[in-house]
Amino acid sequence: MEREELRKLQGERLREMVQRVYDKVPFYRNKLQDTGIEPGDIRSIEDLNKLPFTTKQDLRDNYPFGLFTVPQHDIVRLHASSGTTGKSTVVGYTHNDISMWTEVVARSLTMAGVTNSDIVQIAYGYGLFTGGLGVHYGAEKVGASVIPISGGNTKKQLQLMEDFGSTALACTPSYAAFLGEALVEEQIDRKKIRLKAGIFGAEPWTEEMRTQIQNLLGIKAYDIYGLSEIIGPGVSMECHCQNGMHIFEDHFIPEIINPDTCEVLPYGELGELVFTPATKEAMPLVRYRTRDLTRLHAEKCDCGRTLVRMEKCVGRSDDMLIIRGVNVFPSQVESVLLEMSETKPHYLLVVSRENNLDTLEIQVEVEPQFFSDEVKELEGLRKRIHANISSILGISASIRLVEPNTIERSMGKAQRVIDKRKLT
Amino acid sequence: MIIKQLSVFLENRTGRLTELTGALAEHDINISAFSIADTTDYGILRMIVGRPELAETILREKGFAVKITEVVCMIIPHRPGGLHKALQIISDNNVAIDYMYAFASGECQATVVIRADSLQKIIAVLQEHKMELLQEGDVYQV
Repeated sequence: MEREELRKLQGERLREMVQRVYDKVPFYRNKLQDTGIEPGDIRSIEDLNKLPFTTKQDLRDNYPFGLFTVPQHDIVRLHASSGTTGKSTVVGYTHNDISMWTEVVARSLTMAGVTNSDIVQIAYGYGLFTGGLGVHYGAEKVGASVIPISGGNTKKQLQLMEDFGSTALACTPSYAAFLGEALVEEQIDRKKIRLKAGIFGAEPWTEEMRTQIQNLLGIKAYDIYGLSEIIGPGVSMECHCQNGMHIFEDHFIPEIINPDTCEVLPYGELGELVFTPATKEAMPLVRYRTRDLTRLHAEKCDCGRTLVRMEKCVGRSDDMLIIRGVNVFPSQVESVLLEMSETKPHYLLVVSRENNLDTLEIQVEVEPQFFSDEVKELEGLRKRIHANISSILGISASIRLVEPNTIERSMGKAQRVIDKRKLT
Repeated sequence: MIIKQLSVFLENRTGRLTELTGALAEHDINISAFSIADTTDYGILRMIVGRPELAETILREKGFAVKITEVVCMIIPHRPGGLHKALQIISDNNVAIDYMYAFASGECQATVVIRADSLQKIIAVLQEHKMELLQEGDVYQV
């Protein structure tokens, strides 16, 4: 599709969507009225930058269903990601949303060369996380044979990979590298492994990791990008040129902004990625700020596609960490420690990667007034912190009790995170 | 009868214990009894010192998580079966011990430091069986 034609289509879809959220969602009606904008002011894609932004906080404030444009009987699926203070970010899908999602994932898999002759092993987690089910539907749409094995259980992964002859693997890149190393450890003959492509996403990874995974598994490793607020995996996908991820712009209108001034930046400049998923029915968002930092490139790709490409994200404009594919905010840890009577929010998150798997250690200062000199009491405290934090974060963290005042307090923003993974 | 013990939370970090003993030495505080319960990440140091309140203040100023806990100190004969007899009395009377440590003091006797859920009860039981308990006045110079 030529760019002008695409922009015209985006404009039509945007105009229709703005009218829809204005009519159906009080939050957006108020927000547009506050900024003095009438749906009629949005005539083409040129008018996109007149619209206000939507943030994750807006999703939290409207928890759980406040941003839905359709009645509950039209919602056929709910997904959620972990959130601060126990509240998740909830997203809903209509039948048409699921079809659209299936379509973009099918396109993505096709870009990785997946066809109906393939056997796709899906080792993304199934459940509230969008990874597993998202890729699953797309793979079925392509006509591939799907192995919905979900995450974990490495021995079984390797066994089925060998016995069923999986030709494509979908999971987080760190788990792919872990499986690759397990293959070597288990001394499985690479000739018995038929994998040729990997579709990896949900967490940041480097070109070094790509080379490592490609060598270990003997495949071509493709980067897929997505976030549940927009749809899930399949917002953008790499082609065989492995030179940035093509954004499916007919559904997800991208922009890059300066995260401080919110000014829209031209192609090629580094900034925060913003999406407007204009065709979404259940929960279309107006200019959703992803907090991911990247660049967009509009030049035609060597593969022939004209869709805008985004680079691998180089970081975040907030303090969110992605650990084992799960979004983690330091403030979640803080909220847990504030709620517990025996702890104060003096903590440090130490993230590292051992054997290609992310580890999270949370150091918590022992409060002198609550310090017990009995090991069983301190271990009990450690276990309570562990249970509370794991349930909020959705991943397990090891808790290390440290002496008071040993975690550095700076004058300004406290350093809450040490990330040793070197992902960018 | 109730003796003040100092309890300190210590991270497993080279030199940390030396900082503590250094602070006490500097202020001329003698350590009479000493024990460490260790876990993978940290240790809990328990000790009987001369002038426990002063020691607590000094260590707190040095940034240690420190507190004073109450224990009893029992004197037992320094010979085979001495500890067993004392523990038999305690267990026969259903007193639960949280932790204890012991040290020989001279040729003929040993001192056992005991922390129990109910110190009053353990004192009563031990006195009833004519076991010798240290007084606050003599213990800090043990």
